[in-house]
Amino acid sequence: MPGLFIDVKVDPEVAKDATLAAKLAEVCPVSIFKASERGLEIVESELDECVLCDLCLEVAPGKVEIVKLYEQK
Amino acid sequence: MSILISKDTRFIVQGITGREAINLTRENLDYGSKIVGGVTPGRAGRDVYGVPVYDCVRDIVKAHGAVDGSIVCVPPRFTQDAVFEALENEVKLIVVVTENVPRREVAQMVELAELRGARIIGPNCLGMISPDEAKMGGIGGPAANTRQAYTPGNIGVMSRSGGMTTEIASTLTNAGLGQSTAVSIGGDAIIGSSYAELMPLFEADPDTKAIAIYSEPGGRMEAELADWIRTNKSRLPVVAFMAGRFMDEMQGMRFGHAGTIVEGVEDTTAEKIKRMEAAGISVAERIEEIPELLRKRLAEVN
Amino acid sequence: MRFYEYEAKALFARHGLPMGASRVVESAAAAREAFDAIGGPCVLKGQVLSGGRMKAGAVKFADTADEAAAHFDAIMPVEVKGQKSRSVLVESKSEIVQEYFAAVTWDGRAKRPVLVFSDMGGIDIEEVAETHPDHVSKTHFSSILPLSPRVAKEAIGATGVTGSDLNRLTPIIFELMQLFLRYDLTLAEINPIGKLADGRFIVLDGHIDLEAEARGIHKELLDELGIGDDETRQARPPTEFEIAGARVNAVDHRGVAGNVVEFDGNLGLVIGAGGGSLTLFDAVRKHGGKPANYCEIGGNPSVSKARELTKLILGKPGVERIAVMMNVVSNTRVDIVARGVVSGCIESGKDPAEAIAIFRIPGAWEDEGFKILEKYGVEYCDRSVSMYEAAGRAVAKMGAGS
Repeated sequence: MPGLFIDVKVDPEVAKDATLAAKLAEVCPVSIFKASERGLEIVESELDECVLCDLCLEVAPGKVEIVKLYEQK
Repeated sequence: MSILISKDTRFIVQGITGREAINLTRENLDYGSKIVGGVTPGRAGRDVYGVPVYDCVRDIVKAHGAVDGSIVCVPPRFTQDAVFEALENEVKLIVVVTENVPRREVAQMVELAELRGARIIGPNCLGMISPDEAKMGGIGGPAANTRQAYTPGNIGVMSRSGGMTTEIASTLTNAGLGQSTAVSIGGDAIIGSSYAELMPLFEADPDTKAIAIYSEPGGRMEAELADWIRTNKSRLPVVAFMAGRFMDEMQGMRFGHAGTIVEGVEDTTAEKIKRMEAAGISVAERIEEIPELLRKRLAEVN
Repeated sequence: MRFYEYEAKALFARHGLPMGASRVVESAAAAREAFDAIGGPCVLKGQVLSGGRMKAGAVKFADTADEAAAHFDAIMPVEVKGQKSRSVLVESKSEIVQEYFAAVTWDGRAKRPVLVFSDMGGIDIEEVAETHPDHVSKTHFSSILPLSPRVAKEAIGATGVTGSDLNRLTPIIFELMQLFLRYDLTLAEINPIGKLADGRFIVLDGHIDLEAEARGIHKELLDELGIGDDETRQARPPTEFEIAGARVNAVDHRGVAGNVVEFDGNLGLVIGAGGGSLTLFDAVRKHGGKPANYCEIGGNPSVSKARELTKLILGKPGVERIAVMMNVVSNTRVDIVARGVVSGCIESGKDPAEAIAIFRIPGAWEDEGFKILEKYGVEYCDRSVSMYEAAGRAVAKMGAGS
């Protein structure tokens, strides 16, 4: 479930890439990403805490999308 | 000209991988500041917006040569150690962002800084900015917002409140008055650099023509400033904004910053206003009165 | 954070400072027992967090157990500066030949601890400093170099004390200096220190303030003294609302959304930061507004913190609307606060457009923040509207009664 303000969409390929998943978990300053044995998880309760730092977009170019729900009609 | 920082100041960020530090690193870089490295123990090898991360200050100095300053942005219980580390690596200008550091630890940091010939700004501050030169700290926020609030000019700004530093600068900018340097000095009971301790720097800066300060109940810093102005026959007109007037009726209650409490008559806004006016400082009741008061005082000087 | 006298004395006892036998009691029967256990004349002192106890009648002397019991009943209802005693300290009464004063505090200007000593104790030290300046010494010492008893010796000697008095007072005062630094105190005072007929010295009354920021560091001591986290020890006890505010702030370490102080008006204030809140509170009052609370947001709190604070304030009985206002922000972000207050309104079952009288937070990330407010129809303004004007607009809306 998305947050009220922010949603994060991740390419399913990323979830299988343990290294990239760990990298995402490391760079996110508000712990939206969690890397586990099952791969990458999105911590839904933290979505609205996203600070739009773009660090996730930097480590996984083209594979992560941050959606600002308040920009949608 | 400006005080404390210019575009040539090379500094580091301690605690660079934290949420707030990441933010201010990006904002400082975007504004044109020179950040040579960052420290987070155990995170050597990473980078934050292109700034290399090291385990300790010593390693940055080894790799990049001496640095001029450091922004300390680590949790309260690690702050003193981080400042000591910077001081012992010959960093001479330290901005301590962290809030809630007990005053014993702050006093010890300040005393070691004196022994090492270094200056501390803060704690509990947003740092400082010399508009269009550089900024060091979260002051002004993202570069675009910072340029909106701060413009180069002749007013020196000092404030115990980080937020009010930008509010005042923004008001000055809107009124066509630029700033030489604006310093968020920190709101704690003990801080590295008080109004009076920064006055000699502004006094010596030919581009600074007047001073605007934000003031509030608690402490003796306004009395110290009034004394300094009187003893040194300062050339700079000073305009102060005084907040927290409601606190005069609420003895013993702490509001705002750690240093903001009315415990005796000397802590009240009424008493502080009296002292400042006696030393020739103009006191504004509303922020928007500051530009006009400054213009009036500047006209008197010329 | 002020300690009660009995707590200060527990701390002194931990470090071997000399004191008379004493016991804290909470009933007349216990006062009687304490008197018998101590044996001999006693002084009974109401435990309140302020000075002026003697004048108010909260300190009484007992020569018999019956008297001790009667004094207990007399002291408990007495108000000292608006506070009633939480308990009574029964302490053996000693014959005193002279009283002394010693206190260590921070000098914010010198940025050093300062030891104030006087051989004229028991009375107001400010008064002594004015009338008998040669009987008060002020001695700064380093907080970083090794502590040394010679500082205490010099401070005592400076008031003219010499001989065995000097040698007996020095270790007591030195201990006070050590306590001051060791426990992150902002005031460590013994007033008076009494000199007994046989030449010994004892602590008669003490005043300890521990820095609020250091409570975490000294949790063990506070637990031992039974001081709970909810005891703020401000000038008045915290209200339920204020305790709830402190809990909101303690949820995570990201930024501040707290320092809530309760007032009885109808306009809820979600304001910041340290200086901005003071400025805005003044402005609301100047416009004739009735604030329901004071608060501070700053240091870029998390969305959840801003949300919980909003819910707390909107849920306060009598609150009709909230005004969300700050100075031009730098590190606190407009969009993060906007997300917090908007979701706080929604989770409170209110329409943000109705519940928020005005949103005046310009600065960092304002474009993103304003987009959120647009979407939810909240009235907002940028830096072209001053803090003073924004407060006026919020107050005017309340007056309209809609």
